[in-house]
Amino acid sequence: MIINQIAVFLENRSGRICEFARVLKDANINIQTMNIADTSEYGILRAITDNNDKAIKVLKENGFNTASTDLIGFQVADKPGEMHKVLQLLDQERINISYLYSYAQVGSKTAAILLKVDFPDLAIKILNQNGVKSF
Amino acid sequence: MIYNVKIETMSTISMRRLQLKRLKHIVNYAYANIPFYKNKYDQAGFKPCDIKNLDDIKRIPFVVKSDLRENYPYGLLAVPKESLVRIHASSGTSGKPTVVCYTENDMKVWIECCARVSAAGGVTKDDLVQISFGYGMFTGALGMHQGCRKLGAAIIPASSGNTERQVMFLKDLQASVLVATPSYALYISEMINKLGYNIEDFNLKLGLFGSEASTDAMHNEIRKRLKIETTDNYGLSEIIGPGVSGECLAHTGLHVNEDHFYPEVLDRESLEPIEDGELGELVLTTLTKEGMPMIRYRTKDLTSLDRSPCPCGRNTVRMSRVTGRTDDMLIIRGVNVFPSQVESVLMNMKEIGGQYEMIITRENYLDKLEIRVEVADGALLSDFHSLEKLRELVKHNIKVILQIDAEIKLVEPLSLKRFEGKARRVTDLRQI
Repeated sequence: MIINQIAVFLENRSGRICEFARVLKDANINIQTMNIADTSEYGILRAITDNNDKAIKVLKENGFNTASTDLIGFQVADKPGEMHKVLQLLDQERINISYLYSYAQVGSKTAAILLKVDFPDLAIKILNQNGVKSF
Repeated sequence: MIYNVKIETMSTISMRRLQLKRLKHIVNYAYANIPFYKNKYDQAGFKPCDIKNLDDIKRIPFVVKSDLRENYPYGLLAVPKESLVRIHASSGTSGKPTVVCYTENDMKVWIECCARVSAAGGVTKDDLVQISFGYGMFTGALGMHQGCRKLGAAIIPASSGNTERQVMFLKDLQASVLVATPSYALYISEMINKLGYNIEDFNLKLGLFGSEASTDAMHNEIRKRLKIETTDNYGLSEIIGPGVSGECLAHTGLHVNEDHFYPEVLDRESLEPIEDGELGELVLTTLTKEGMPMIRYRTKDLTSLDRSPCPCGRNTVRMSRVTGRTDDMLIIRGVNVFPSQVESVLMNMKEIGGQYEMIITRENYLDKLEIRVEVADGALLSDFHSLEKLRELVKHNIKVILQIDAEIKLVEPLSLKRFEGKARRVTDLRQI
């Protein structure tokens, strides 16, 4: 399944991530996932919220450069070897991964893997055919 | 040593006579051969025969740098292209460079003037001169190269960059003269320390510095560190390149080769003549140039003139070290940079916003240019790689136009200062 995500350009300055969260809080938007890597001068904050369209609108109004991107998402069992299985299937098809994040909820037996890949449709097809469920 | 005793020690009255004769000729020559001058003079109601004495020069309309851009590349030529023997270029105020052309005779004049300047700075036939200016379209390197060759000196055409190698040549080949920008000379002195060399193992005696503004403090620092005598020289490609003027070892200012380049210093606001000794804008007229004569070219450089006697024996008028500019031109690593050039590059890139900031710093005597731009295009946020590609592209486009590497910093939209009046986009943090 295609999962929509927002991407926000952030300078590496103190207070910027906090400001991002404040804008969403004031608009009563819930952040479901959020991720940012450490880079030197700037980075891309990625998040999934309960209302991405509204999130993009309010972030833009507050001066953030924001865009929406589509990811593919899969649900796997929370046990050893599952990540490897997914990655191996993609590797066999030479599908390149731009980035990936995954999470498992406490108390749940499943985990989610979200990916940005070269050929999303092909990736979904291959993984589904091999028993990896879309999200 | 005085290279051309007859000209450089000529009495003021003879010099003025020579200048008037040449001025009359060049004005007629430009009017007859270059439509740009004919149109300009006709519109202003100026006739070449209006020149009766040297003071009449103030009746002639000015030429400015944008005239060169508007007539790019060959619109200001007085001769057919086939008569040219050399073409150089320098920064324009926006996209296109300023192109300058030389005939065989222009080259002779240029070489002679660079030889005079080099001789005034102490160079002799026995010297080994390392030239650490970038060779290529820039006039600085080849101008000084040919001038020193004319004196019979040997040349190490080291060009710019790779400072460790530069230091190695200076030491191993025992160069006696360094031609560079003063800030690069300081950087070389740092590198000598860093590499653990002792200055006593070098054979350096002289430094001939130019192509950027410098101060006494800077020269004193270089003298102390490299244990050399230093002089300043001045030129600009629109006029000829280096060789317009140069300091002698008496350090009383830069002797202008006024038999070829007639200097006026004018009030920076009214552009009316001012007294000798007062600071104003330098306006130059090429009295002998055949290929691309420049008549009353506004250099935008600030200087003053001094006609008092000089102990060196030269009788030519002297100009003080250029201390600044009347426009916003910056000199970064010896290269002329106009903020408008940066703007023209950025405005053509839709991925970034219209605001920008330039920050110039000097670290270890090396200039650094940082340009901050706002990321406007949301499509780039799909992955980090696209942003890095944008940064590389901005850097590349800037390099094509400015010829120097800039550090590009991507910042958030609306994070750069907005100006209601005249934008102040340049922060120069260098202490010169």
